[in-house]
Amino acid sequence: MNLSLLILLPLLTAIVILLMRNAAQVKWVALAGAAVQFVAAFVLLFQFNHQRALGDKAQMLFETQYNWFPSWNISFHLGVDGISVAMILLTAFVVIAGVLVSWNVTKMTKEFYFLLILLSLGAYGFFISLDLFILFFFLEIAVIPKYLLIGIWGSGKKEYSANKLALMLMGGSALVLVGLLGIYFSGTEHSFDLMRLSQLNIPVSVQMICFPLLFVGFGVFTALFPFHTWVPDGHSSAPTAGSMFLAGISMKLGGYGCLRVATYLLPEGAKEYATIVIVLSVIAILYGAFATMMQKDLKYINAYSSVSHCGFVLLGIGMLTKTSMTGAVMQMVSHGLMTALFFAVIGMIYERTHTRQVNEMSGLLKRMPFIISVLFIVGLCSLGLPGLSGFVAEMTVFVGSWEHPDTFRRVATILATLSIVVTAVYILRAVTKTSMGPLTTGFEKLTDATWNEKLAAVILLAGILAIGLAPFWLNDLVGPGAEIIMNKIGK
Amino acid sequence: MPNEFFILMKPELVLTGIIFLLLFIKLGKGLKNDTLLLLIQVLLLLNFIGGFFFNKEGVLFDGMYQTSALIALQKNILSLAVYLISLLFADWFKKQEHMPEFFVLMLSAMLGMFFLISSGNLLMFFLALELATIPVAAMANFDLDKKRSSEAAMKMILSSAFSSGILLFGISLVYGSTGSISFAELPGLLNGSPLQILALVFLFSAFAFKLSIVPFHLWTADVYEGSPMATTAFLSVISKGAVAFIFMATLYKVFQPMHEVWYNMVMILSIATMVIGNLFALRQQNIKRFLAFSSIAQVGFILVGLSSNSIEGTTSVVYFILIYVFSNLAAFGVAAAIASNTGKENIDDYKGLYRTNPFLSWVLALALFSLAGIPPTAGFFGKLFLLTAGASKGSFLFITIAALNMIISLYYYLRVIRAVFMDQNDEPIEKIRIEPSAKFALMICGAGIILVGLLSWIYDYIQNLV
Repeated sequence: MNLSLLILLPLLTAIVILLMRNAAQVKWVALAGAAVQFVAAFVLLFQFNHQRALGDKAQMLFETQYNWFPSWNISFHLGVDGISVAMILLTAFVVIAGVLVSWNVTKMTKEFYFLLILLSLGAYGFFISLDLFILFFFLEIAVIPKYLLIGIWGSGKKEYSANKLALMLMGGSALVLVGLLGIYFSGTEHSFDLMRLSQLNIPVSVQMICFPLLFVGFGVFTALFPFHTWVPDGHSSAPTAGSMFLAGISMKLGGYGCLRVATYLLPEGAKEYATIVIVLSVIAILYGAFATMMQKDLKYINAYSSVSHCGFVLLGIGMLTKTSMTGAVMQMVSHGLMTALFFAVIGMIYERTHTRQVNEMSGLLKRMPFIISVLFIVGLCSLGLPGLSGFVAEMTVFVGSWEHPDTFRRVATILATLSIVVTAVYILRAVTKTSMGPLTTGFEKLTDATWNEKLAAVILLAGILAIGLAPFWLNDLVGPGAEIIMNKIGK
Repeated sequence: MPNEFFILMKPELVLTGIIFLLLFIKLGKGLKNDTLLLLIQVLLLLNFIGGFFFNKEGVLFDGMYQTSALIALQKNILSLAVYLISLLFADWFKKQEHMPEFFVLMLSAMLGMFFLISSGNLLMFFLALELATIPVAAMANFDLDKKRSSEAAMKMILSSAFSSGILLFGISLVYGSTGSISFAELPGLLNGSPLQILALVFLFSAFAFKLSIVPFHLWTADVYEGSPMATTAFLSVISKGAVAFIFMATLYKVFQPMHEVWYNMVMILSIATMVIGNLFALRQQNIKRFLAFSSIAQVGFILVGLSSNSIEGTTSVVYFILIYVFSNLAAFGVAAAIASNTGKENIDDYKGLYRTNPFLSWVLALALFSLAGIPPTAGFFGKLFLLTAGASKGSFLFITIAALNMIISLYYYLRVIRAVFMDQNDEPIEKIRIEPSAKFALMICGAGIILVGLLSWIYDYIQNLV
């Protein structure tokens, strides 16, 4: 499969959206585009597995390379390994669900869907690029759509949140940029090519400078403590699909970058700074969990719990074992699906009740059984119930972390597991309060999910269950990629 | 020889021809503004297209005048910018009683800039710089009924005179210590003696005045605000571009033996210019002052690339200025369309603009994103290549400060975007009728902002000429 297709499809969709005349056409074009991407992602998965089954041991499959700014040694170099395929699948799931739940957007529909598709274009491009320049290009493409989505279609203090998000993410990418330039000029051969750079030995002194720059830069995207402050504001102000894309896709850009660029290219740096990474991620996990306990607003609950859950991604990367890295990628996929679904459900509830305050609603299960059942399932996934994706991913991270015999890492692992208890408290409290008990007066006329909402929920649920019930396929997909990264790091 | 004279000096001769034609037309008083403007636009378009052909490398008048493929391209970028100005501000031009004079002044200044870029001798350089400056002061004064306009012209002429004095002093020191003012001979004679460093500092200050590098930037905002929009656009795009080109040529070619000295000067002034330009831009209300400070910050960025002292540096500076022409002119074009229809120049007045004027809003957004360096606009590539070129010297602190400045600049560009797209306003600016030619130029700018970055052969084309 030609990987350029994954960039051209969203691009084409976005252009066609601009040409449409009315909102209905725009919506159907966006849905059709998202559906084609969805199919393309599965085609990619099957072809990838097929190729691997045939014994193709190359690190990256389906590599394509076009000349682009040859004077800087930049090329449009695309390719995927198992990790990228997993991330592309996640993106495809979230995009189609996001398009479906936004069906009722009436304000500037065309612009809304255009930005949504542009955002997905950035994510697809990011996950398949093997050249650091285009990787950075796609990383930054995604920033402005987020800003506009929150600022125009958001709610609450949306301008403030949009500004905060855009500036913090740009700050992160500025650090990434400096780190990338450091790598580019590190040797006698100037190259942005990821595969080429992985063969060159980057001097240790450069690694010591560039690793923190790259890790913190990408870390801002994935809510690395103490750079997580944009997460609660951004998510709670964003429109439903915006929150889904932010938490489901955009935060994963950072995790993927930390893994693929910072850790893979700079193994010495990764080893040197592992302690700090672990400490920061454990703080994020615990702080996120406890902060969530205090939240009354459903969106804030999910936003803070995202900080906690993304902490597991960084913990898995910081632990530097094959299992923990596999777990980190699985956590990215799992959290992406789960949090997107969580935000989708919150959006559905809010559209009907016009409130997101937990203590202003109760007994909703009677009026909207479908929506609340989904809320229940996704809540259980979040607190790590076996059979759902959250359990599989977090368990893998824990197992991987426990492989280290030293006290520091064991203590860190134990502290991280504690958060599960806290998660159970806030999830069960929020879900029980909204769904059980007597129905709040005034909510008697509420209706259950419409077809588009049901479809979106079912698609995301299917993903969560597919990982939860049969984790081996994702494990087999991601494992070899994590192993290559680990081999580079060495013991 | 005569044949070579005509080919090498072709850009200047064509421009002089147009100037004389305009003077004759003015004498005859036969044409209405609409027709005349159309004629001028066609002539400037032809001038731009003609710039691509019959370019030869060579020198004239014993090295006083030199030209090469790169110089021809630089002149052509300026020609393109003047053509775009003639289209963008059509509305304002048509209302002017003395429109031909404005073009005569503008093209004379351009002529000066052409000679400036081509100069091969400090004497020629000084004359050309004066020719490029004095007409601009008259252009700044073109809103004859406005007091601010005269004030702007006065400030412009005084600060120019001051910087010319400094420049002359620097030139005399160069001559005193080396006995030559020829660009070709100087590199062999410069050895970095204290007197020569002093001469470099004086020359540098004169350039800093023209480019509004901090601490010589103080005239910029006042002159920009008071001048008519077309003059402001000319000053911020063409004037800056031309001086940046010759500045680069002087540092890279003439002062090459002293590159370690000027590297530090460029680096320190670049940081100061970026930081101060950005910080002052944060609180501006008037769109012209806002763009003035943003252009100061952009010059700081140009200095980052310029500091690299390499082929990549030259290429990325020329490339960035090409992008800057499109981005900044688009921003000025939108501001001019709004100002000439409603008289509003404050950013707060732009609130809710998107509801009434989606086309203008999108062009403005593209322009500002490009100035801020956000992909997929060309500004992203321009800034990134400037940074990459600058990073080749290995000074990471410098590059980090530059990269962090991009965040500050994003903050104030987003302020405008926020006003246009997000803020509520019960009385937004009404639907504006845009001149067809201005709309056409805005589309060219928009296309340029997107395509110049994505089409990588444009960069390679420039690199091949360097």
